[in-house]
Amino acid sequence: MSAGDLLQRDSKAVTIRRRIPRWAYPLAIVIVAWLIGWRIFNNMLNLPLQTAQTTPFHLWLDQVNNWVGDNRDSSPVFVYFFDAIRDIVGWLASMFTQIFVHTDVGLQLPEIGWLGVIVLVTWIAWLIGNYKVAILTAAGFLTFGLLGLWTESMATFALTLTAVFFSLLIGIPVGVAAGLSPRVERLVTPVLDFMQILPSFVYLAPLALVFSIGPASAVIATVIYAAPPVTRLTAHGIRTVPATVAEAADSLGVSRSQRLWTVLLPLARRSIVVGINQSVMAALSMVTIAALIAAPGLGVPVLQGLQSLNVGVAFVAGLAIVILAIVLDRVTTAASTRAEVAARSTSAGRKRARRVGLIIGLAITAIAIYLSRTVLWAAQFPTEVNFGDWLAEVINGFSTWVQHTFSLVTINLNEVFTVWILNPFQAMLTETPFILVALVILTVALLFGGIRATIVSALCLTVIIAVGLWEDSMITLASTIIATIVTMALGIVVGVAMGRSTRIDRLIRPGLDAAQTMPSFVYLVPFLGLFGPSRFTAIAAAIIYAAPVAIKIIADGVSAVSKNTVEAAESTGSNPWQIITKVQLPMSRKSLTLATNQGLIYVLAMVVIGGLIGGGALGYDVVAGFSQISLFGKGLAAGVAIVMLGIMLDRITQAAAQRNMRTPGASEVNTAHQHHQRTKKGTNHEIDKRQPAALLQ
Amino acid sequence: MSTTAVAGTDTESAAGSLDVDFSIRNLWKVFGSDAAKIVADPAMAQLSADEILEKTGCVTAVRNVSFDVARGEVFVIMGLSGSGKSTLVRCFTRLIEPTAGQVMMRGQDILNLGASELREVRRRKVSMVFQHFGLLPFRSVIDNAAFGLEIRGIGKAARHARAHEVIELVGLHGYEDRFPDQLSGGMQQRVGLARALASDPDVLLFDEPFSALDPLIRRDMQAEVIRLHRDMGKTMVFVTHDLTEALKLGDRIVIMGHGEMVQIGTGDELVGAPANDYVADFVSDVSRSQVLTLKWVVTPVPDDLPGDGPSLPATTVIVDAIPTVLGSPVPVRVVDNGVTIGVVDRDAILREVAGEKSF
Repeated sequence: MSAGDLLQRDSKAVTIRRRIPRWAYPLAIVIVAWLIGWRIFNNMLNLPLQTAQTTPFHLWLDQVNNWVGDNRDSSPVFVYFFDAIRDIVGWLASMFTQIFVHTDVGLQLPEIGWLGVIVLVTWIAWLIGNYKVAILTAAGFLTFGLLGLWTESMATFALTLTAVFFSLLIGIPVGVAAGLSPRVERLVTPVLDFMQILPSFVYLAPLALVFSIGPASAVIATVIYAAPPVTRLTAHGIRTVPATVAEAADSLGVSRSQRLWTVLLPLARRSIVVGINQSVMAALSMVTIAALIAAPGLGVPVLQGLQSLNVGVAFVAGLAIVILAIVLDRVTTAASTRAEVAARSTSAGRKRARRVGLIIGLAITAIAIYLSRTVLWAAQFPTEVNFGDWLAEVINGFSTWVQHTFSLVTINLNEVFTVWILNPFQAMLTETPFILVALVILTVALLFGGIRATIVSALCLTVIIAVGLWEDSMITLASTIIATIVTMALGIVVGVAMGRSTRIDRLIRPGLDAAQTMPSFVYLVPFLGLFGPSRFTAIAAAIIYAAPVAIKIIADGVSAVSKNTVEAAESTGSNPWQIITKVQLPMSRKSLTLATNQGLIYVLAMVVIGGLIGGGALGYDVVAGFSQISLFGKGLAAGVAIVMLGIMLDRITQAAAQRNMRTPGASEVNTAHQHHQRTKKGTNHEIDKRQPAALLQ
Repeated sequence: MSTTAVAGTDTESAAGSLDVDFSIRNLWKVFGSDAAKIVADPAMAQLSADEILEKTGCVTAVRNVSFDVARGEVFVIMGLSGSGKSTLVRCFTRLIEPTAGQVMMRGQDILNLGASELREVRRRKVSMVFQHFGLLPFRSVIDNAAFGLEIRGIGKAARHARAHEVIELVGLHGYEDRFPDQLSGGMQQRVGLARALASDPDVLLFDEPFSALDPLIRRDMQAEVIRLHRDMGKTMVFVTHDLTEALKLGDRIVIMGHGEMVQIGTGDELVGAPANDYVADFVSDVSRSQVLTLKWVVTPVPDDLPGDGPSLPATTVIVDAIPTVLGSPVPVRVVDNGVTIGVVDRDAILREVAGEKSF
């Protein structure tokens, strides 16, 4: 109840304080100054750099690349450290590859042919999940063959398995340690945060530099991307074990390891399995993108399709990725519910029937594997049944038809958006002297994020200038900001609707969940088909990619607004619009800033990948760095610039979110503190959080 | 030792240190970074909990507490929330590490035990029942009850056999394969009780075990504890904030306030002779006639009392004396160990029953 009271007080404070926001005047002044500066000093001191142009710094990076190439076999750092890691990872990757994709001998058939694989994965899905996901698995894997993408799908599957194995091997123990020890947690959390704001795209190049291109570095890149979710959720699961249960176990005299194995891990199991699910999905997403550094699999045809503007080919491969994603998601989800159900006593008869069924299934699996190792038709998916090429044709035809038929809509939408919104904003960022733009950015950082965010932003901007990619960074920033604004608008409209009505929520949420399981790569394909290659295409893909996250956060924030408060507002005769604008949105301010933060990170990741389909700027620099050896250094530098943009945007919005937590609603944070901490540390905590506000008054 | 002497109705108690299960001496628990320094500093140690908080920011939950718990008695620690009672009981087996002082259990210095010795104490000698049960949600009733035996490394058949016994004992027969979330609160606490009993400990600690239960269930559970105590005779340390519960269960009661012992004694000693206003306030709502014995209401023997009138033992509770006193034309003699210590007449009885606030 007291939380409700506090929130009520909060809302009152908001309406009084918020009539004219503190930041309105300074912001207005800055924007006017910016506009004037843009007109007067047009194209002066704006640090332009042509697409094929490089700076000495980029050339120096090229030399680093050459040096690594020359010394890879002799330098001890490589021989004993990087190569050792690569060998271990590569060993497992090649083992899975030999089982599922191909061996290096004879006909290069895999150890287990398609028939064996399908029966085996179906049986495993049944074992860890239920018969429904088993059927789904069988259908999904069969589709890979029918699409003519069996080998590619298995390559992706093998690399995903390898990456998930290492992600769990690292993530779960680290997560347990972080869950047990606050000190380890303080150490690990910033690293995980950093790994999360890194767009997946950017560390491919450095990793390829160190580990050289191929499956091993693809797996390493994927582990970096996929290990954080399971680490976080394991730590969360361990940490949220009820203190009462842990204490009761202590009172019975459990040892430390008994405590971990019989109490903490079983109670954290659900959270850990959810983490495994998220890591699997992240791994699949990254493994496909790793096609850029020569990782085999479904990413290759997607990439080829995108680069040659063959939407059909990209679509078919994308479809296979989505199917694999759905299968992996459903099976791991079913496994997590099974973990709960299995312990509960379903009737003994059904348990027995299941056990018998599984044993029979195992026998069938053995027969299928044996067949797939002895008979050619069971080893190699029959090429006669290949609907992939046909489907690619259909899609290409459909895409052409859409572009022709709806050209009035699509081209106009693209034109209007580009000419009237994107170009002017981009021009303001790129044609104004860099000092003025930097000042504008820093003022915004100061107004919304506070002094620390401003310092971090200043450092990030300095690095961007130093790597010589100011103009491209500003173009990317322009796309990112515009896409984020649209994402937030979408997020607020849909999120508020969902937050206010459980019916709408139930209707939309499954779609959002499904959208979130899809690898980022795949999003580009339909937009390329609709709009052709352009900056707008990349922005549209980014909006759709980021919207589900933003919508969900806002919906949760709005629905978390105390029912009492809404009721009270209704009782005073507020209409729905007043309730939304005066009660629900102001009270979910924290969710709004959090959604902006997540939206920015997602949009940036996607805008950058959009470099593949005409997004230009930093994303294109990265892509060009992969394909043209002379632009390698520039691509690497572009990666650095992207990271700097990411950190800057994240710090500003995080700090803004932190300051919104300062309001009374956040007092839950304090109650979480131990009884004895409340007195001393609690007060310090309060002061810390108030500081940024004091600076502005 | 001195406090054991007033061990109330504990009839089995005899002289000698062997009859003390827990001996607490000068126990302190201070939360905060410089806790040990505060206790070690004589000037600081004299201050009250509030003053220590003001000066150092440290919270004193237990302040210089000493008492003995006799073997076989039900010893109640009672106080309002924040009085340090739950912290105190956790210091018994170092679920919370005391800052200073001594905890002896049957001659064993608990605070000097190594980790594995301490685990042995928790596994075999002292079990605890918690307010929020602390059951493992993914384990069935029988596996929860057997959990303590399992971590001792006892085989499945043996621990299940024992678990069946204790489940029977707490009246949960037939529920062995249920899961905690399928049981009512009262039944969950029975599982907690079974788990504590399974290792056949010497001492049972209860931390507000029935506070989370509704009143009718609470009454049943209290009766259950009384029955178990009667049948098994185990030493029990019972923490509660409910005076009625304390009076019902406790052989002796210690009242805590601001981390300190305010008064220790039997129920009728607390009600009949509250040490200060704090205790008096506590017991003011108690129905005195149901708690006090005749020795608290005796008046001097009048000179004209006939020698052949009725008499009652001094340990009779007032309500139980009503028929005799009202039925007697003359005041009733009150006898303690064969010695007449006074008389009670109708007026005295009626004053206690009707007035309650007659003093």
